[in-house]
Formats: sequence, C-alpha cells, structure tokens
Amino acid sequence: MTHTPRAALEIDQVGKSFDVAGRRVEALRDISFSVRTGEFVAIVGASGCGKSTLLRLILGLDTDYQGEVRLDGRRIERPGLDRGVVFQDHRLLPWLTAEGNVAAALRRSGLPKAERRQLVAEHLDLVGLGNFATAWPAQLSGGMSQRVAIARALVNRPRFLLLDEPLGALDALTRLRLQDELARIVRHEGTTALLVTHDVDEAVFLADRIIVLQPDPGRIARIVEVDLDGQRDRSAPAFLRLRDEILDTLGVRHAPRAIATAA
Amino acid sequence: MSAIAPARPILLGLLVPVVLIGIWQVLAASHLVASYILPSPAAVLARFGDELGGGTFGSDVWASLSRALVGFAIGAPAGVAFGLLLGLSRLAGRLFGPIFLAYRQVALFAWVPLLSMWFGGGEAGKVAFIAMTAFAPATINTWRGAAAVPAPYRELSRALILGRLDHLRLVALPSALPGILTGLRTALIYAWLATVGAELFLDIAPGLGGRLNEGRDKFEVDLMIVALTVLATLGLGFSQLAAAAERRSIRWRRR
Repeated sequence: MTHTPRAALEIDQVGKSFDVAGRRVEALRDISFSVRTGEFVAIVGASGCGKSTLLRLILGLDTDYQGEVRLDGRRIERPGLDRGVVFQDHRLLPWLTAEGNVAAALRRSGLPKAERRQLVAEHLDLVGLGNFATAWPAQLSGGMSQRVAIARALVNRPRFLLLDEPLGALDALTRLRLQDELARIVRHEGTTALLVTHDVDEAVFLADRIIVLQPDPGRIARIVEVDLDGQRDRSAPAFLRLRDEILDTLGVRHAPRAIATAA
Repeated sequence: MSAIAPARPILLGLLVPVVLIGIWQVLAASHLVASYILPSPAAVLARFGDELGGGTFGSDVWASLSRALVGFAIGAPAGVAFGLLLGLSRLAGRLFGPIFLAYRQVALFAWVPLLSMWFGGGEAGKVAFIAMTAFAPATINTWRGAAAVPAPYRELSRALILGRLDHLRLVALPSALPGILTGLRTALIYAWLATVGAELFLDIAPGLGGRLNEGRDKFEVDLMIVALTVLATLGLGFSQLAAAAERRSIRWRRR
C-alpha cells in the first residue's frame, strides 16, 4: 500500500530540524507516504506537529531537509506551476483587484493575453466570484478572499493543489460552506489535492486518505483510508465513527457519557 | 468628550490662534509694548494689504515657491531612486547604507558654507541646498518602505515563481509605495523649510526669506510678521496637499 506504482508524489523518509534560539528542534521525523494522481489526501495533527513545514517542502520553498520529496520520481528543487498553493491567510496582494491577483499567477504561464484573461474569468466563476472581478481585497470578506486565493492557486491548472489550513481563519458557517465548495471545485478540476488541517471533520469530509501526525517531533501516527462510499454526510454514523477514531489517535478523549457522569 | 473631539476638529484648531490674536490685540492696544516692537494686528493686516497691492510681495512669494519646487523636483526623485536602490538591492544597501546614515548625522545647515563655496550664494547654491534637504527624507522613507516587503508576500512571489521584473512591479514597488509617498511628503515640507534657510543664510534675493531679512534690517516688525504668517500658511497648504495626494494614490485601501 505504501508504494503504489502510480504514485505521483512521494515523501520518502523526510526529516526536518530547525535552529531555534541556538537549540536544534526536530520538526519532522521519518515521514514516508505517497500520493496517487487524482487522490485527495489530508494531513491532520495538532498545531506544531510540522504539517505546514511538510507542505513547504512539497511546495519547494525549503530544500534543506533529510530524505527526499519526489515528484514523478524527481527530487523537488523549487516551486513550480505544477503545484498551486492556498495559504491560511489568503495572501492576496491588497493593491491588485481580485482578477489582478488571479492573473498574477499566470505571469509565468507563457500563455497569450486573451487566453490568460479567459482563464482568470473562468476561475473566478468557478469559485463563484465572477461578479467581483474588479473588487479590491479590502472590499471582500474573509471567505470571499479565500475563494480568490483558491482561484489563483488553480488558474495554472496545476497537477497538485496544496492547501495549508485554507479555511482555518474563517468562521464556522463560512468554513462549512467552503468545504462543500472545495469538494466540488477539486472534483471539477480533477487535481490531486493535499490538505493540511487541524480540523478532523474537515479532513474526513474532504479526503480519500488521512495522514495523522503526532507532535514532538512530527511523525506519522497512522494513515487512515476514508471509505464512506462517496457518502459525505457529516452526521452519518460511519462519518462520526471515523472522526472519533482519528480524534482518539490524536489523544483527544471522545466519550461524552463519561463527561456527563463526571459532571 | 465625544461631543467636542471628533465633531469640529477644524474649529477647535482655530480656537488657539484666535485667542492668541485676541491677547496680541489687547497687548498692542494697552500700549504695554511699544508698537515698533509689536505692531497691532490691524497694522499688520494693513501692511499685508499694502504688500499685496503695490509691493513686490507677490513676486517674492512666487520666487520662494518656485525655488522650493525646483529644489524638491531635483532632490526628491533622486532620493526615491536612491532609496529604492538601497532597499531592493542588498548589496547596494550594504555598500551605500552606512555612508548615507553618516551623512544624515550632519545637521543640514552645516552644509551651507560648503555648498556656497561650490555652487555660490546665488540661485544655484540655494537650489542645491534645498535639493539636498529634500533628498534625505525621500531616501530614508523609500529605503525603509522598499526594504520591508513583508515575508509572506516574498514567499508568495516565490510560490508564483514571479520573475525579477514581475516581483518588482507586482510586489516590491506597491509594497514600498506608502513609504515612498511618506518620503515625498516629508521632502516637500523639508524643501519649504530649507527654502527659508537658504534665503536667510545665502545671498539676498527676492523671496520671503529676503523680506524677513529686510524687516530685520529696517526694523519693520509688521513686515516680518506678514512674511512669517505667509510662510506658515503656505507650509500648511503644502503638507495638506501632499497628504491628500497620498490618500488618493493609495486607492486600494478600504474607503
């Protein structure tokens, strides 16, 4: 199961340490897993378990680590248009309009201007913001800004969509709505998605497979296949059972009855 | 508190000048102070009318204004360009940063003797001094703005694999813009201050500084008060104008 021949992205015994105030801090240890084309993989764990660090390695922003991150068998050396990213803060450039921000991602695409304009419009439509093309980021809500960021990440039609807690800064209702949207968008685009999150519900709702990390140093606790027969009902017994199982792995006690008797 | 503070800031700001003029009027009318030391507000106003009507005052104001603007037009853009170089190129920052900071430690008026030897005490020397004065704040603010492109934006630029020019155009320059505008505004105010300095310390020439000197030489306090008031009013106008231009050019901020 660990090494399928069709694996597009391979994380092979990756370790990463930082120097913090003169002390060596191990952020990741011996991380190995692979992602198949078309798969939606979520990485869950408490904050500080190194999950965002791992995403930076895959993005190619950081190449100083042990082990190897490979894309189609080749070590990742730098960022590329085959990987689009959505950060937790939407990170829109405030001096560019929504369409300007999406278009910025196409500077290196080499496409003619007309085609770029078309792609920008298509992707703003895709995230439901076709009418807000000329709005400034300061005029958009947090959820809308994050939609623009998703359009920006997808406009190059990347093979991989890397999501670094993309909904973590949003309110609960907006988050639920955007989870539905994200599922639809990823299915529509057919990209391979890698989602980093601390929200277990979100991971179970979106992912085909969940890598559960534990902290100090960040290691894989277990890898869980999500087998819900395409039924992503947030209140279905199977959904809840899987969620509780993962929360258990993360060391979060999940026995409401025990709490009731104690109180 | 809330009733007075935000409601009428302009009226409140006028309160103190009006009270001061009142005290001035009382002092002048009481003859406690001789009228050649402190002429009455009415006398000063009359002198202002005379100057506007028959004198050279209009051309003096114009001479000072144009001098300030020419100096600004030379010094400020040079400062912005130099500041961008210092802020955007780490090598340039390391090469030129220390000597620029050392230069900033010298009080600007200390350059007057040297500049007057190099450029003369005439128009060239004055403009050189004004330009130099405008150069410093334009440089330092632009430098600060350009050097402080937020790390998340630099990371985004890498993730989007923007080329050098695209990074400059889409990320670095817009991010430096508030600093550049602050630099230009400060440079404009400094240029105006330096104009009076140049007119006072270098050769006598038409201009408001020249009229101040004239007032001192002829013991005409009314003329000096007129010149000072005009200097202050124009300076205030400059800074208001620059602030408004600054607000307008950053249109992407929430309105």
